Amino acid sequence: MDVERAKRVGDLLEQLQIQPGTVLVIRGDHLLTEDARLDPSDEIELRSVVSGG
Amino acid sequence: MKCTRCRAPAEVKIRAHNSAFCRACYLLFFRRRVSRTIEKDQMFERDARILVAVSGGKDSLALWDVLADEGYETVGFHLALGIGAYSGRSLDRTREFAEERGLDLQVHSLPDEGLAVPDMMQATNRPACAACGTAKRHFFDSAALEYSCNVIATGHNLDDEAARLLGNVLHWQTDHLARQKPVMQPTHEKFVRKVKPLYLTTEFETASFAFLRGLEYVVEECPNAAGATQLTYKALLDQLENTSPGSKLSFVKEFVTRGSAGFVARERESAPKTCGGCGMPSFGDLCSFCALRAEVRRKRGDDRADGRES
Repeated sequence: MDVERAKRVGDLLEQLQIQPGTVLVIRGDHLLTEDARLDPSDEIELRSVVSGG
Repeated sequence: MKCTRCRAPAEVKIRAHNSAFCRACYLLFFRRRVSRTIEKDQMFERDARILVAVSGGKDSLALWDVLADEGYETVGFHLALGIGAYSGRSLDRTREFAEERGLDLQVHSLPDEGLAVPDMMQATNRPACAACGTAKRHFFDSAALEYSCNVIATGHNLDDEAARLLGNVLHWQTDHLARQKPVMQPTHEKFVRKVKPLYLTTEFETASFAFLRGLEYVVEECPNAAGATQLTYKALLDQLENTSPGSKLSFVKEFVTRGSAGFVARERESAPKTCGGCGMPSFGDLCSFCALRAEVRRKRGDDRADGRES
């Protein structure tokens, strides 16, 4: 999905109302920390880490 | 953000430890943490033969990866559950992992004996997770015996343990609280010790390790987990963790070191007998799994409804 301009990973998670630590934030073959800067052209994968039942 | 150890750009931030790590330092941090947990909790010795219960998910593959890398003798055991495409992918990921590393993998298939989890659920009206848990406990125990392993290691992580602890406390399940331990000693000569080497590492930490190690794991959730109470508890604990980092770790760690001893498991009135179906220890004529199998066969009208293994 396209999201409103988020300058950093932390902003993106906040916009999407996702708790930090519940997803991996992946760009290419790297993980991003909350302070990582985002570029409008970035493709970011948010991968849930929560499992179990 | 810089790596706390080497000042390279960080890829993982662990708020509970007030640290951040680059890829190389994180892999080292994670492996050390697991190794220290094994050592500190006296989970097993260097010469142990470990049955690793492997689902194909991030936790069990990360655990097997660490144990194999550390040079432990391991046997991977995968129980194929027959939950549609999800189970197919789980077995594929597990097989690929074992083959790439030349590790010993043993697979037992529930569908092959007509006991796929959805079939058990339909025949008995039991929740899928209850039937699945009964089958897993049975086959992990019997596999450890069959493959001469002296310990069973599972990939339960800190979030699993914190959610379980919260559930047990909310309902004051004192018997369950007495049995919630990272090291469960065997209660019978046919059982072996059960350990949880990842019980102090969060799901985020194991997922980060799996990703940075390039482990191909099943990302999707078990379709039967949707709506499970444990997920509600996990979400609540995540909220708490967000406002107070380290809460989950302290909740579980302090329970194990200080709280657990206050709960005593209910003693059985009689010594276990031998299950008439599988020969494993049992408090009834049949163990829980063989009783479940007999119930499924009876409901289906199978000829052989006595619970004995065929």
